[in-house]
Amino acid sequence: MAAIVVLLPLFFSSAYYYRVAALVFVFALASIGLNLLMGFAGQVSLGHAGFMGIGAYAVAIGPTHLGVASWLSFVIGAVLSALVAFVVGRPILRLKGYYLAVATLGFGLLLAIVFTNEARFTGGPDGMAVPRLVLFGSSVWGAQSWYWIIAASFLVGAVLALNLIESPTGRALRAIHDSEVAARVLGVDVAKAKLAVFVVSAIYASVAGSYLALLNGHITPDVSGFLRSIELVAMVVLGGMGSIAGSLVGAALLVVLPQTLTFLHDYEHIALGLIVMAVMVFLRAGIVPTLARALDLRRA
Amino acid sequence: MPEFLQFAFSGLTVGAVYALVALGFTLIYNASDVINFAQGEFVMLGGMATVFLGLAGVPLPLAACLAIVATVAVGLALHRFAIEPARGAGAVVLIIITIGASIFLRGAAQVVFDKRFHSLPPWIGGDAIRVGGATILPQSLVVLGGVVVIVVLLWAFIERTLIGKAMVATAANELAARLVGIDTRRIVGLSFAISAAIGAVAGILITPITLTSYDVGTLLALKGFAAAMLGGIGSAVGAVVGGLLLGLLEAFAAGYVSSQYKDAVAFLVILIVLLAIPRGLFGRASVERV
Repeated sequence: MAAIVVLLPLFFSSAYYYRVAALVFVFALASIGLNLLMGFAGQVSLGHAGFMGIGAYAVAIGPTHLGVASWLSFVIGAVLSALVAFVVGRPILRLKGYYLAVATLGFGLLLAIVFTNEARFTGGPDGMAVPRLVLFGSSVWGAQSWYWIIAASFLVGAVLALNLIESPTGRALRAIHDSEVAARVLGVDVAKAKLAVFVVSAIYASVAGSYLALLNGHITPDVSGFLRSIELVAMVVLGGMGSIAGSLVGAALLVVLPQTLTFLHDYEHIALGLIVMAVMVFLRAGIVPTLARALDLRRA
Repeated sequence: MPEFLQFAFSGLTVGAVYALVALGFTLIYNASDVINFAQGEFVMLGGMATVFLGLAGVPLPLAACLAIVATVAVGLALHRFAIEPARGAGAVVLIIITIGASIFLRGAAQVVFDKRFHSLPPWIGGDAIRVGGATILPQSLVVLGGVVVIVVLLWAFIERTLIGKAMVATAANELAARLVGIDTRRIVGLSFAISAAIGAVAGILITPITLTSYDVGTLLALKGFAAAMLGGIGSAVGAVVGGLLLGLLEAFAAGYVSSQYKDAVAFLVILIVLLAIPRGLFGRASVERV
């Protein structure tokens, strides 16, 4: 994956490519977090864009209204997301399956509504401008610099996630995925493990949201909307649940596809819907796991 | 008091539509364990197809019937070409397929119809009826009456016909249903057809009041899903009660608290209810097998 990050820019002929690639890594980062929750612990969240919203508005409101430096706002956003996830996660993670889905959905929606209506701070539905990040006395700008910063963060996030999966906590999570009761019988503190992964995934989403805001220089309540949450879930499932590389592929697909399909104009959504359905019908385990299995079979 | 009644009337009208969407979710969920996020698009198709057939000169009652038939065809196609080929896949995968279908249908509606808002004339014209100081539109009564008719028909179909019993059997245990000779694949297809029909009727009923456009489906699916969960997924009674309750909650929140925060209040109540009763109001307690 590191090779992809370094070699990819060789093919970029304009700033536009850097921007799209940076967007892919932003969403890949959020998807990895959600994948830890969905693919490993088996808990569906339809509200993760809410945490992206917290991260995004942190870097917007911090410098604009509170006089807090961007980088500090970035960190505060992540901490705030973790705290919110901790407080909210405790009661709602007791819910199972679709009930958890609707509870997280409600949570994300609540945040989006707050961002839309507290116009004094957030600029309301029109959103607000995000001040540039100042690091070591110089401000960061341009798609190219952001590409390297975000890509590096993505690599760090991916490595951390892979480590987590191989840790005892990761094994406990997979045990919960397979059977909560069996995991509990084996001595796994199910509630604690679920809460932990929920908090971790919220931090991933928050960091991704902060990057998204800084990259775009502008933020609207859509960042934490229902459709965003659905998009994140779709990225995880399309790429492959439980596959970190899959999260990158899923994010790449759903970020790049709409950009390339614009030539279809009005037919864009028809094509997007068809592709999503076709991938799920023919590669139901997700793109990366299905292809990996196909390769294994050929080798065997 | 007139204020209270007024909010109750508008809440019940909107809630009736949520109830129908939730009922659609419930039917498909019971037959196949799938949450069909394209349910809202059925509502949109029913309304939009009627509008455009009407514009093409088809008399409205006929246009409405044709719109229902068309929506049922879409529902059957969704089952045949997207759900059926993915049989045996996990629940999340099937949900993403229905979300793909929802994006596809919205895109198709935008091309076949257009991107503007449309309305239909009310079924019964005339002035608003005054009740205890509040007013209610005749069309609201049509909507509520329509919901009652649909619920009664559905109940009669499920309880009084052999096919209905087969649907109940499939919902209870698919394997056992197959063993006694029920073609469960056709039952699932049937549940998509009935859900599509219910959605289309909901769309036709509500369009004179709330207007329709190619993208009304998303929000309706969201609300219908929330209503179904509030009532307890899998319970038809729960779906109807959940839908009406959600509509009332929104109306009272908009009236007494703040119209900007009406959705927030509604979802807050849903969260609280689910935390108190994790299976929803009418949900069955399920025993997890290890």
